[in-house]
Amino acid sequence: MSTAVARRSTLPGFGLTMGLTLTWLSVIILIPLAALFLKTFELSLDQFWGIITSRRTLNALKISFGLSFAAACVNLVMGTVIVWALVRYRFPGRRLFDAIVDIPFALPTAVAGVALTQLFAQKGWLGAPLAEFGIKVAFTPIGIFIAMIFIGIPFVVRTVQPVLIDLDPEIEEAAASLGANRWHTVFRVILPSLIPALLTGFALAFARAIGEYGSVIFIAGNLPNVSEIAPLLIVIRLSEFRYADATAIAVVMLVASFLIIFLINRLQRWAQARIPVH
Amino acid sequence: MAIEVKNIVKTFGSFAALDNVDLKVADGELLALLGPSGSGKTTLLRIIAGLDWPDSGEVAIDGENALSRGASERQVGFVFQHYALFRHMTVFENVAFGLRVQPRAIRKDEATIRARVKNLLDLVQLDWLANRYPSQLSGGQRQRIALARALAIEPRILLLDEPFGALDAKVRKELRQWLRSLHNEIHVTSIFVTHDQEEALEVANRVVVMDKGKIEQIGSPGEVYDNPATAFVHGFIGESIVLPVDVAGDAVRLDGRPLNIPALGAASGAAKLFVRRHDMAVGPAGTGALEGAIRHVRSFGPIQRAEVALSGSEGKTVIEIDAPRDRELQVGEIVSLQPRRYRIFAAQE
Repeated sequence: MSTAVARRSTLPGFGLTMGLTLTWLSVIILIPLAALFLKTFELSLDQFWGIITSRRTLNALKISFGLSFAAACVNLVMGTVIVWALVRYRFPGRRLFDAIVDIPFALPTAVAGVALTQLFAQKGWLGAPLAEFGIKVAFTPIGIFIAMIFIGIPFVVRTVQPVLIDLDPEIEEAAASLGANRWHTVFRVILPSLIPALLTGFALAFARAIGEYGSVIFIAGNLPNVSEIAPLLIVIRLSEFRYADATAIAVVMLVASFLIIFLINRLQRWAQARIPVH
Repeated sequence: MAIEVKNIVKTFGSFAALDNVDLKVADGELLALLGPSGSGKTTLLRIIAGLDWPDSGEVAIDGENALSRGASERQVGFVFQHYALFRHMTVFENVAFGLRVQPRAIRKDEATIRARVKNLLDLVQLDWLANRYPSQLSGGQRQRIALARALAIEPRILLLDEPFGALDAKVRKELRQWLRSLHNEIHVTSIFVTHDQEEALEVANRVVVMDKGKIEQIGSPGEVYDNPATAFVHGFIGESIVLPVDVAGDAVRLDGRPLNIPALGAASGAAKLFVRRHDMAVGPAGTGALEGAIRHVRSFGPIQRAEVALSGSEGKTVIEIDAPRDRELQVGEIVSLQPRRYRIFAAQE
């Protein structure tokens, strides 16, 4: 005679957690996004196309995505350098610098915007000397660029830092004993090992810059076609009660952001596959 | 290439890792640095490789001062305990790395590099893994690839830091024999560090026994096993019975009772008697230097291992001996023990 044995998972609670996950993701993310798409259906295709191809919209999108990309590139390079210094060397104030990296995370973005504007205004500490060279930062696209760098830097540092800490110093010793100079060791051994983390950091900084609003609008000057970011244009449309216009721009941003993140994700998986975690 | 190390001193803070070490390695030798952890053996290896720098002393490779060059200029192959393979590169690219980073003036063309890597992978019998990544290999395979990578630069000397330390016992044994035969094939001067005496005695031509930053003895595996130079070596290599004795002239006493064995020139005073387990002859009571009651016997293979409580010590001193199985020992039996070979070293205070 045999008795049936009930199968018990060693990790109970799948049903409950899965249910909660789906509900939560729906309520918090999917339903609002669906509403966004639905709203745009109030527009005819021609109207929609007219809104998103208008000069002002295209310029705003170009400014948002273009400057975000540039800022993420700068953050990628500078973030890597900062991580290197923080992880590899012991110097007085290292912990302080390490903590400073987190400030853009914690600071209300409006505060950051006001501070940066003060600093780069024509009479500000940095604005004044720059003005002597004829460089104007505040109320120009350069200002947007700087704000985006400011809010993006911790994403690169915090994603790459743990990976670099985990990187075995023996790897570098092995490279040296094989005759590699510093250049070869950094560019052929260390950086390639960091690629997945670098891509993640880049994607996060990029996404954060696209979505940034608070710090940018203070320093941007917000001239249509020159220094007006897409999120601001959406707010302007909303304040004019042109809700469909606003959602049309929002949908374009959403789709574009999704495509970019998807692309970076694929890149990351490709890199990850080359560096399997053991 | 010959290696000569002179008066090397290296301290980490107040800890003396190497205390005035001298060592000469002849061309083509396969030398083992053997010692417990903290004996300085890995530090010595890393100094020869250029991965660490001594506080003072000299290192010469093939008569050339090595300390004036960094690790990347010494042309020294180094194999790490945990392989240190580049995990983002295939096995092939790992082995090719040393050839690809050579200065442009002497770098070989792609076809030559490919042929050389192929040869090395054949040498370590892993040519079929060329396109895998290190994480897809077993520990033993990784270590063989690490060795092939180190050999790619045609190193003047090959240094291996606990090369089999991270592997399981069976793989370890295979790789030992394999390393031995590989060395016979390529004859590059090699030094390997190990804390495993069996590994050192089985693989090396010569063994350097180290303790507390000093070299205790240098000799062939047979010499260090049969004629240990110091109490440390006797205790560290092979299983030894150690008894505290007193030496007065040529007389040796244990717990105040004379043992009728000569002192072999040991200085008078407190000393330690070292006997290998299998060098203790068992006879009927009353015929040997020591006497004791058998407390426990385990028989396996060709020997029986017996625990003997020595008489006159109120049963407190218990020693383990290995006896041949020609006569089965019985628990409770009183037997005499006569050391066939032994050494007496002055006790260190």
